[in-house]
Formats: sequence, structure tokens, C-alpha cells
Amino acid sequence: MTLMSIKKFSFTYPGADEPSLKNITLPIEKNKITALIGPSGCGKSTLLRSMNRIHDLYPGNKYDGKIELFNETSKKYENILDIKKENEFIELRQKVGMIFQKPTPFPMSIFDNVAYGLKIAGIKNKSELQDRVENALKGSALWKEVHDRLGKSAMGLSGGQQQRLCIARAVAVKPELLLFDEPTSALDPISTGAIEELLVELKKDITIAIVTHNMQQASRISDYTAFMYLGDLVEYDKTENIFLNPKEKQTEDYITGRFG
Amino acid sequence: MKRLVINKIVLALSTLSAVLGLAFLAWILITLFVKGLSSFHLSLFVNDLINNGLRNLIIGQFILAGMASIIGIPLGMVAGIYIREYGRGRYANIIRNLSDIMMSAPSIVIGAFVYALVVVPTGHTSGFAGSIALAIMMIPIVISTTDSMLSLVPQELREAGIALGASKYKVIFDIVIKSAKVGIMTGILLAFARIVGETAPLLFTSQTSNYFTLDLTQAFPSLSVSIYDLASDVQTSSRDLAWAASFILTVMVLVINLTGKFITRNKK
Ligand SMILES: Nc1ncnc2c1ncn2[C@@H]1O[C@H](COP(=O)(O)OP(=O)(O)O)[C@@H](O)[C@H]1O
Ligand SMILES: [Mg+2]
Repeated sequence: MTLMSIKKFSFTYPGADEPSLKNITLPIEKNKITALIGPSGCGKSTLLRSMNRIHDLYPGNKYDGKIELFNETSKKYENILDIKKENEFIELRQKVGMIFQKPTPFPMSIFDNVAYGLKIAGIKNKSELQDRVENALKGSALWKEVHDRLGKSAMGLSGGQQQRLCIARAVAVKPELLLFDEPTSALDPISTGAIEELLVELKKDITIAIVTHNMQQASRISDYTAFMYLGDLVEYDKTENIFLNPKEKQTEDYITGRFG
Repeated sequence: MKRLVINKIVLALSTLSAVLGLAFLAWILITLFVKGLSSFHLSLFVNDLINNGLRNLIIGQFILAGMASIIGIPLGMVAGIYIREYGRGRYANIIRNLSDIMMSAPSIVIGAFVYALVVVPTGHTSGFAGSIALAIMMIPIVISTTDSMLSLVPQELREAGIALGASKYKVIFDIVIKSAKVGIMTGILLAFARIVGETAPLLFTSQTSNYFTLDLTQAFPSLSVSIYDLASDVQTSSRDLAWAASFILTVMVLVINLTGKFITRNKK
């Protein structure tokens, strides 16, 4: 089943002459991992950041086309590009979370970090907060390491732990889709391995879209792969097809390392 | 060859001016410490100026600076937050430029401004007028500290908050300001140190008083203005008292400054 359906989508940054994304059509399948790959500057982040409209933090962007998100209650697809009201944006971002390249722990305790999104979503009940924080930390394979220091500052964790904390924080609000923008490029190989394992575990409950520079990573963890080049979507297919049997010459050149 | 010679001349000149600068600073500090300490006595902290002590002046100085902080810190912080987090383009730049101009305005001009604005209409000098003058000095410093400390907070942190469904003001108040807290507090402390020793803004706004008072609607005691009065007095005893007062004021400012520097260093 398709959770998000991107249709003939173009995106132009404020003041730019050319669109950074041109006529992209791409499904994001439910409970699968979709990897976005392509050379630096091809528009991977721009596409990912359109999926929760985090771009709108800055004014003057131009969107064309549609990005439809399946609404579980109404059983209908709704175009997120139509969103204008603050409360609709908040609702969208509670459904579509985001993890960044550098870990972004908030300057507060480990517990408060994970509880932050829950409190914003209006959960006040202490025991419910505690349960959900614990579950999120367990789900992010961090509980064992931090259960005895939940009240300590999150800034004291290692980079890899901070990144898993950010994942726990995003998972806690039970999003439908999680967007990852090169989440392991600032981490050592062991932390990277832990996060890759975690992503595969998470997809049982959450749909994942991940931007990655790392070809091996894409082939290891993703079910579908989209190859982008200069703002175009060149090829989208099951990951094994992209890596073993690409249809486009450009895709083949890229994955065999002939450019990029 | 020619470059080498020029190099040496420039090096010699800059060393000389550095030494000269430091020598004058040392001279001032040594004179201050020697003369100040020789007239220093613990009874200065017990008696008011009317009994040849400095108690009312020290307390008054802190009350004036404290009142200025109560007015200046919130205003400066709100303006700083506005120009960094909300202001886009024109308005933010107008406030930023205005604040920079205010920061370099001579303090005596600020004193004259408050004299015309507060002292003339009310008919007399007052602690309030002095506090307002000090607050006007403080605001641009707090604005620029807040602005620059907030600019050091990585943009991803704001985006991470927004991506969790937080509204912009929640992100600013829960996350961004907290991240910049130590920097902003240090800046405020240094701004306090900057105004706590000021004379010119108080000279014709709050003046000074020989007596202890907490009444801010009247002329208000302050170390700095009394130093000015005592130092130009004909009696030697008054001039000795001025040295002791200068010594105390300098130590106060130094301690506050060093605390600020210490906090910044520990942060790093
Ligand atoms: N804030 C911005 N304003 C204008 N152009 C931008 C901005 N961010 C990225 N771009 C441009 O958009 C294109 C795509 O960038 P990006 O999505 O970051 O690429 P990728 O993530 O694939 O490396 C690049 O040409 C880049 O220069
Ligand atoms: Mg990118």
C-alpha cells in the first residue's frame, strides 16, 4: 500500500531561477524503507524536506504538483501542499517526523527530550508519559544504556546515542512516516550499524524514507530505491533491481561509481 | 630585503605601543591600589557618606544598576529575540542599526537626554531618572548579545523542534533560548559590569546623596558621582575617601567582569 504519493512535483527555492526538483513522481510504500540516492546537490534533501513541509519555516518557496498522504481516519489521500493553517502543519508534522544529519538533542534531560513531542501533542498524564518514553527508548535500543540516567542532560550522550535519542523522540509521537536525512554520515561505523539495525526494526510500525550517500547502506536496508540526478528522478524500483539490474545508464554509472 | 626591514619596524612599533598601553594601565591600577588601600578601612562599609563612610553609596550604586537591569534586560532580550528569530529584512535591520548607534552614543549624551525627558518635567533629579539612563546604556548591549548568541544556535535545532510539531514560539522559548542561555547570561553580566561603574549618565539624572535612602523619586546616592564630587573637593580627607571609593568601585567591576569571563571559559 502507498502511504505517500508524490505526483508531478516541482520545487523552487525563493529567488532561484530554476526549480531544484522537476516533475517528480514517486510513491512511498507503507512499512517499507525507501532510499533516495544520487550525487550531492541533486535535490534529495529538498525532496525529503518537502514531505513534511519543513521548508515552510522559510518564506517564499514555490511548490507545484501534489504530495498526497493517506489519511487513516478518512481513508482518503490528502494533498499536503494545500496545508495553510498552523494547526494543520502541526498535525502533518506529528504524522511525518524527521531526523537530521547531525544529532539534535534539546538542551534538557533525556526524559524531557523524548517527552517533548508528547507534551506538545497534549499528553499530560504522568504515567502515560513515562510509559511512552520508556517504550520509545526501548524501541530505539537506547533503554539499556540510559534507563538509570533519564534525568541527566542529553548533551552528555555520545553522538550515536544522541542520534538514537532523536529517533526515540520522533518515534514517541507515533508518526506514520519518518524522514531521515543522512542520519549516519556524522557517526562511527558501530553507531551506524546500530542505527541501520534499528531502522529495519522500526519499519514494522513506521514507514521510512532515507537520504543516504552510502550505496552499501541503501542496498543493505532499503526495499525501494530512487535515484535522482540534477533535480530529476531518473529511476525508481525495488532496491535489488536498482543495484543489480538498473534500466537507466545514468543509474548504472552512479552505482558502479563511475561518477558522483 | 626591504620587506624584512619594514617587517621589523612594524613589529617594533606595535610592540612599543602595546608596552606603552600596558604600562599606563599598570600605572593607573597601581596608583589606585596604593592610594585606595592606604585610605581603605572596614568602617567605610558601615558608615554613610555623611559620617565619612561609603555604605549608602555602594548600596545606592547597586540599586541604580539593579533597577536599570530590571528595565533594560527584558526590553533588550525581547528586541534581540525579535530581530534574530522573527524579524525578516527591513525592520530587523533598522532595529539592529539603531541599537548599534545607541551602543556608541557617548554616555553623557544619554545623561542629557534623560535629563530633558525625565528630570526637567518632574522638576528634580531622581533615582528613577538615573536608572532609566543606565537602562538606555544597557539595552543595546543586551540586544547585541542576545542577537549574536541566538545566531550561534544551529538551525537544525529549530527545525528539529518544528519537525516534532512544536510551534515557532515554543521552539524559541523551550529550545533555542535554553541552548543560548549561558552565553546570554554572560553577556548580561558583562553589560551589568559596563553600567555599574558609569558616572556620566547619573551626573545630572540621579546625582548623589550623602544619606542612605531607598526612595527612588529623590536624588539617589551613587559611588561614581560621589567620587566625582569628592575628588574635586578641597579637603584632603575627601580626596582620600575618593581614592578608597575608586578602589572599591574598580574591584567591584573587575570581579563582575572576571566572573563573566570565567563562565564563558568554563562553557568552552
Ligand atoms: N536554501 C536554499 N536556497 C536556494 N537553493 C538551495 C537551497 N538549498 C539547496 N539549494 C539548491 O538546491 C539543489 C538541491 O540541493 P539539496 O536538496 O540540498 O541536494 P542534496 O541533498 O541531494 O545534496 C542544489 O542545487 C542546491 O544548491
Ligand atoms: Mg542533502
